[in-house]
Amino acid sequence: MTVVTGVTCPVCGTFCDDIELVVKDNVITDVRKACAMGAAKFLNYAAHRNLKPLVRKNGELVETSMDEVVERAAKILADANYPILYGWSNTSCEAIRVGLELAEEVGGVIDNTSTVCHGPSILSVQDVGIASCTLGQLRHRADLIFYWASNPWSAHPRHIERYTTFSEGRFQKSAWKGYLSSLRGVLSIKRLQRAANLVLRRDVFAAPKIERRLPYTMFQKKRKMVVVDVRKTRTAEAADYFLQVEPNKDYELLQAFRMLIRDEELDVDEVAGVPVEILEEVADVMVGCELGVFFFGVGLTMSEGKLRNVDAALSLTRDLNQRTKFLIMPMRGHFNVTGANVVFTWQTGYPYAIDFSHGYPRYNPGETSVIDILCRDEADAGLIVASDPVAHFPRMAAQNLVKNPLIAIDPEVTPTTLMADVVFPSAFVGIEAEGTAYRMDHVPLPLKKIVGPPKTCLPDEEILQRILHKVRKLRGSQN
Amino acid sequence: MPKLKVSVLTGRTINQGRGKEYGKLSKEYLESVTICQMDPNDMKFLEVKENTNVKVITDFGSVVLKAVKSARAPHPKVVFIPYGPWASLVMNPKTHGTGMPSLKGISAEIEPAPDEKVLSLQNLLIQFRKEERT
Repeated sequence: MTVVTGVTCPVCGTFCDDIELVVKDNVITDVRKACAMGAAKFLNYAAHRNLKPLVRKNGELVETSMDEVVERAAKILADANYPILYGWSNTSCEAIRVGLELAEEVGGVIDNTSTVCHGPSILSVQDVGIASCTLGQLRHRADLIFYWASNPWSAHPRHIERYTTFSEGRFQKSAWKGYLSSLRGVLSIKRLQRAANLVLRRDVFAAPKIERRLPYTMFQKKRKMVVVDVRKTRTAEAADYFLQVEPNKDYELLQAFRMLIRDEELDVDEVAGVPVEILEEVADVMVGCELGVFFFGVGLTMSEGKLRNVDAALSLTRDLNQRTKFLIMPMRGHFNVTGANVVFTWQTGYPYAIDFSHGYPRYNPGETSVIDILCRDEADAGLIVASDPVAHFPRMAAQNLVKNPLIAIDPEVTPTTLMADVVFPSAFVGIEAEGTAYRMDHVPLPLKKIVGPPKTCLPDEEILQRILHKVRKLRGSQN
Repeated sequence: MPKLKVSVLTGRTINQGRGKEYGKLSKEYLESVTICQMDPNDMKFLEVKENTNVKVITDFGSVVLKAVKSARAPHPKVVFIPYGPWASLVMNPKTHGTGMPSLKGISAEIEPAPDEKVLSLQNLLIQFRKEERT
């Protein structure tokens, strides 16, 4: 039995690097320090996995050899006029680099999952610019933390503990004890509610109270957390203050804050369902902090306004820097989605949605992004690497994806591999294969190989190299 | 049959996050993403109880899900569905020139569907089934 320390967790964008794994006979038997998602991955990754190369024959996926799937995949890509190469955020930077080479070779469109995640944020950053930093700076210095349209408690479970409110920084103390005492209060109220429900035999839910003042804790000289969201999430319950915004109204709220920061008057009673008095007090807290940060989630990019919501958030940060020090960072979802953007950019000049059909990289999200191409039904083949678009794309896009020849490279059985024509069983990067990935603050960290993969499973990089080699051979013979 | 106009939000939950790591074919994943979290008063209006099936209908499709009482109430006329193949059936594919479909704040109608079943993953994929190719 050996204990492997300092393991990076290949799940979410927080990309924790302090995980400890207990390994016995090439099997991970215990996980320490990981969150529920990380532990579930390390302990169950082998449960539903692809072990053999598969190819569709007479409508059924049947086992075959690695050589045959490489041949089939290369032929599909070489014959296609406008193939889509999609995924990339759950694999290593080394594999992504080969993927870009392959996209250029076949003259296809290569896009990563940021297209349905923080793509609009990238467009805004290109328009407005971003005042950002690494997470270590925030851990030690940030005294006002905003999670805007983001629910790290569920999506990035250790983010608050490692980098923000509940982390013990050099200059800022953890707010963990304060949270525990407020949690006791909340639990008592819930118990009382349950008792009232039983006695009165009906549901007793207190009507939403709109306070006209912020709680006193917001004015104390300590680390504070504010959550802005359309619903009261678990993160919101842990916050010092929760600001509930009406769905699709984030833009109005952000612009209202911009006006207040510039000492302009708002001649309305409320904005996006929030009384102006409250907004004025929150704006005071923003201006009064030493170092504030906005972490924003896909609640801004997926609702009405999309990139314009992020424009407003970036501009608000810029305005706040006239008065104090404020930073902003998107809460990236997959562990290497930032790496996908970085590698795409240093290889082609653009972070996602890149079209090689003209022989050189073109970038025009809305035209060259994968959802738009699929909804216009323009693609004639697909290669999906470590992603599950059949499960997560809107129905029309998913239907148009699966009606063309589809190749999937994935260690797991997913709706996409079930619908594919060619399936490559790959090794889990970060568990069975090495590599590099970028944390959400653009810090590159190594992915470790902890256990050996099954003999039939190759790393993504090697599979892509073999397909690229075969495509070049086929195209050479065609030319 | 009562109907209610609602706004649909999609997003992550910790159970969905764990479920996907157990495997997309696992029972944990199925149970974590085939739910529709509703405000208890909306459930009362629709006369549905916990774990009764409801049908969510948008301009882009419909899906049958299990209604569960939201632990984050009150949020009248706002329902929450975790990300997954079932939520994707009712999402708006329009990107408005940004590349990003609209996955939050979609207008929908919700009605009780006690006699309809939640699709299994296999049955859901059959809807996508393409013509057989060799």
